[in-house]
Amino acid sequence: MSAAEFQKLAALFPDEIVTHSYVQDIQLPGGAGTFALITLDNGLDHSKPTTLGPNTLVELGDVLEKLKERASRGEIVGVGVTGKPYFLVAGADLSAVKTLKEREHGLWMAQLGHAVYSTLANLGVPSFAFINGLALGGGLEIALQSTYRTVSTGAGALALPEAFIGLVPGWGGVYILPRLIGPENAVKVMIENPLSNNRTLTGPEAFELGVADAMFEPADFVEQSLAWAARVISGEVTPERKNSVDATDDTVAARWTAAVAAGRAFVESKTSNASPAPGKVLDVMEANRTMTQAGSAELECETLAGLMQTDEFRSTVYAFLDLVQKRSKRPAGAPDRKLARPVTKIGVVGAGLMASQLALLFARQLKVPVVMTDIDQARVDKGVAYVHAEVDKLLAKKRIKQDAANRTKALITGSVSKEAFTDADFVIEAVFEELHIKKQVFAEVEAIVSPECILATNTSSLSVTAMAEDLKHPERLVGFHFFNPVAVMPLLEIVRAPKTDDAVLATAFELAKGLKKTAVLVKDAAAFVVNRILLRLMGEVIAAFDEGTPAEVADSALRPMGLPMSPFTLSAMVGLPVAQHVQESLHAAFGDRFPVSQNLQKLIDNGVKSLWVPGPDGTPVIPAETLAIMSFGNTPSTGEEVLRRTQDALAEEIGLMLEEGVVAGPEDIDLCVIMGAGWPMFLGGITPYLDRVGASERVNGKRFLAPGVASAPA
Amino acid sequence: MSPSRSAQRNVRDVVFVDGVRTPFGKAGEKGIYAGTRADDLVVKCIRELMRRNPSLPADRIDEVAIAATTQTGDQGLTIGRTAALLAGLPRTVPGFAIDRMCAGAMTAVTTTASGIGFGAYDVVIAGGVEHMGNHPMGAGADPNPRFMSERLVDPAALNMGNTAENLHDRFPAITKDRTDTYAAASQAKLAAAYSNEQIQHDLVPVATMKPGQGWALHTADEPPRPGTTVADLAELRTPFRAHGRVTAGNAAGLNDGATAAVLASAEAAEELGLTVKMRLVSYAFAGVEPEVMGIGPVPATEKALKNAGLGIEDIGLFEINEAFAVQVLSFLDHFGIADDDPRVNRYGGAIAVGHPLASSGVRLMNQLARQFEEDHSVRYGITTMCIGLGMGATVIWENPHHAAYESFTTDQATAATTEGAAA
Repeated sequence: MSAAEFQKLAALFPDEIVTHSYVQDIQLPGGAGTFALITLDNGLDHSKPTTLGPNTLVELGDVLEKLKERASRGEIVGVGVTGKPYFLVAGADLSAVKTLKEREHGLWMAQLGHAVYSTLANLGVPSFAFINGLALGGGLEIALQSTYRTVSTGAGALALPEAFIGLVPGWGGVYILPRLIGPENAVKVMIENPLSNNRTLTGPEAFELGVADAMFEPADFVEQSLAWAARVISGEVTPERKNSVDATDDTVAARWTAAVAAGRAFVESKTSNASPAPGKVLDVMEANRTMTQAGSAELECETLAGLMQTDEFRSTVYAFLDLVQKRSKRPAGAPDRKLARPVTKIGVVGAGLMASQLALLFARQLKVPVVMTDIDQARVDKGVAYVHAEVDKLLAKKRIKQDAANRTKALITGSVSKEAFTDADFVIEAVFEELHIKKQVFAEVEAIVSPECILATNTSSLSVTAMAEDLKHPERLVGFHFFNPVAVMPLLEIVRAPKTDDAVLATAFELAKGLKKTAVLVKDAAAFVVNRILLRLMGEVIAAFDEGTPAEVADSALRPMGLPMSPFTLSAMVGLPVAQHVQESLHAAFGDRFPVSQNLQKLIDNGVKSLWVPGPDGTPVIPAETLAIMSFGNTPSTGEEVLRRTQDALAEEIGLMLEEGVVAGPEDIDLCVIMGAGWPMFLGGITPYLDRVGASERVNGKRFLAPGVASAPA
Repeated sequence: MSPSRSAQRNVRDVVFVDGVRTPFGKAGEKGIYAGTRADDLVVKCIRELMRRNPSLPADRIDEVAIAATTQTGDQGLTIGRTAALLAGLPRTVPGFAIDRMCAGAMTAVTTTASGIGFGAYDVVIAGGVEHMGNHPMGAGADPNPRFMSERLVDPAALNMGNTAENLHDRFPAITKDRTDTYAAASQAKLAAAYSNEQIQHDLVPVATMKPGQGWALHTADEPPRPGTTVADLAELRTPFRAHGRVTAGNAAGLNDGATAAVLASAEAAEELGLTVKMRLVSYAFAGVEPEVMGIGPVPATEKALKNAGLGIEDIGLFEINEAFAVQVLSFLDHFGIADDDPRVNRYGGAIAVGHPLASSGVRLMNQLARQFEEDHSVRYGITTMCIGLGMGATVIWENPHHAAYESFTTDQATAATTEGAAA
């Protein structure tokens, strides 16, 4: 709380990359006076965002104190804050915050931010933030704490992502934003966007919401912002804030309550309240409507200090920084990219739905010719027509321009003869999941293509090794497993069979990069990573159901995990026959850990597509006729029991996968479930969660990750 | 009847609507624009012109001509076009790059003005830039060896300082004391103009960011040394010749800066409600011996006066670029004008404010336009400058505020029809 404590905190981070606060005196146009402009700059290029660590904040605080003195002496008429090109400032230094061991240190960090920002807000002269670029969390809060704001039309990524990260916008954002842009918009920015794939605002969107008072183009953003500040200071311009509200007003109180309630419903639907942070954001917002800013600040600091100690926050930082931002860019086990061969033409065997999705993805992202083949002209035509129709949809949604649409369509051709693959560098099959069919396809393709042409399979459950067995060049076969819908899901499992060579693998990873997918190298083992984990999970829940656990108990047992959908909903989405098919392969490979449900088979045999159907009032019910098909045991479990057995099953399965060397480490398992199954970052993927709930210790006798990696330090 | 037969073609009046420039900086590491791109400086000027002239729709601009002496790096890639795109002008607006060394911007003006007169354009942007910190004079040039082997040009003529010393040789009456006195006066006149707020209005503020310093805003020229005395100047060394006469004090420095102006046909200016600050009367370029390139403004001015049917006595204001004091004095001596004649460079000149080569022409025009506005008694003024490799450029302008000025009306359009060469 004191300056000495802040110094002590700063001293804990001797290696912080400090974002400096450089001050320049500016003579404002029109004789409006001297203006002190602070530039936040870490002296590094645009690939190294500026962040706010303790040393950075102490320096900014000192600079602001000096400016406050100058203001009191009448030397300056205003203070501005802007950033190095492309950044206002990216927000709190999360990797630093993550290492704070003591709750007290977290509290100091929170209080330090408030102390600094409160100086900015109370300089005795107006303060201005010129939002020239990215401003996240504490970065955007610098702007919110300023008296006025301008934003660049070119600024990208403005957000308060704390609810996603596992914190609250606790450097004043949660107090100021609802007053500035209205409670409904504030909930959108603080809750809905963070929980919708961590969405951010563009400069124009932020301006439209009222986050900024004026907007200028990037070409002379600083000059125009200064000219505008001069007009505000001289009284020529008074910004209008169309969305701002007086929190003490009665009608506003009602809106406030409604917005918070809507926010809570949103959080519930997105996370099942499995992470504390989003709820805390709404708690603080709800409470601070009747508070002073100082009162709210105290609550914000306490809340932040508490959340900084949560495993959900630390797991999120692990998942977000260590996995999604770092590990995904340097896939573990990928060979030297210099070995990769150019891919200038792609063949797709099959013209069904999966094949057509692949063809579209390849043509759109790689911009190379893609030829699809199938057994008759009608199927080929249908496949090509599907891709063309998808391109037209993208054009209609203005996602692409006419020229790009023409180009993509022209890249896609179809043929009934595999001769079309003669000059292809990469041929992928997406035919029926039957080993002998795939082997036959590859034998035919191999007779036509060059010896270097890479062969890839999109199989989700068959052995890539077995597929390679009769090839003349088995080293050229690689597994290339996409997730449905192909255009949306970011994960690609690249499967190495025993004979797959490094050049082939390197080419596969380069292709993945070109396709903008996150690639993870996996060993050829049944169902690879994501499907194996998902089916182990579904298998446990369905087994409990088959044993007599009521459907609503079984299917809601995993809600404390906050997964994107319940197991029964997921199996319906995948398609019951597909789920059963993969489960059978897993049963064949691993035995009873993957039981094949007779009830599920009966549903499939009777053409039932989903256990749950919307009831008369819209809530999901299981129709009596569906229940009548199935038979149940008489050993029902409670929800807690189902949850625990699922946790244990996952810990066991992942432990075995690591033992088998399916992936390089638990981090790859986590990356796979985040990118391939959309599992939440507050679980850290999955292994931090299994460590947290003790399943790893219970089943394997040890944690997956050392304490502190994705949890509170030991 | 073919629509473009010369007998039917109108020659249209061309007017100077508005001009701006960046503050000029000192070239080099310590200068205000070290680390700033030349094209960005041009962009600031174009955007400022668009802001100052809100009645001019961006899609009515028919051409963007930007001059630069060295057309590589941040001054390359057809800078008129790149600057137009970077400034946010519509993609339908074309642009090109132009080079006549020091008279680059002036040539951008005369070339596009000719296009306006001919009817090819209604409205244009013309200007120039030189970031001499990024592009030292002559950098990357590869002079043909024939210049030397056939003695086409004295190699010394490729160095501008040497040509200034040569000019002293030719005109012994121009002493070092006279040039230093002239130079000190240039500094004093600029300082006075600054204090009278006669310079600032045409400047577009430029924000720059340097490592370890943060964003700064530049609203004034960096080169001026107000208070410079003749005694101060006498101390300076003569880098081009031992015991010579040309010093850093009686010559323009090495500078960074950009300028841009809007020109229009008189019809378009009226239609769009644009201000008319000057009317183009005539222009001329002329060649001289490269070894004494500074004398170039003399034949250029004589030619321009002849084209206009005017005499030197008709010229009430002179904006002459001060590459070197000796070169200005050789011009004044030729026309019998006193060194301290109040018609000449009222706001001082390049010796004080700087000379970022290809940008300077429009600076002269900005200043002449402002002096026209201040002094309605003057009817004609000239902007003139010397050019490397032995050339001069002169543009004669008419003051629209003068009582005798006949402002354009629609009826005049037909009266201005001239008989073409075929008639």
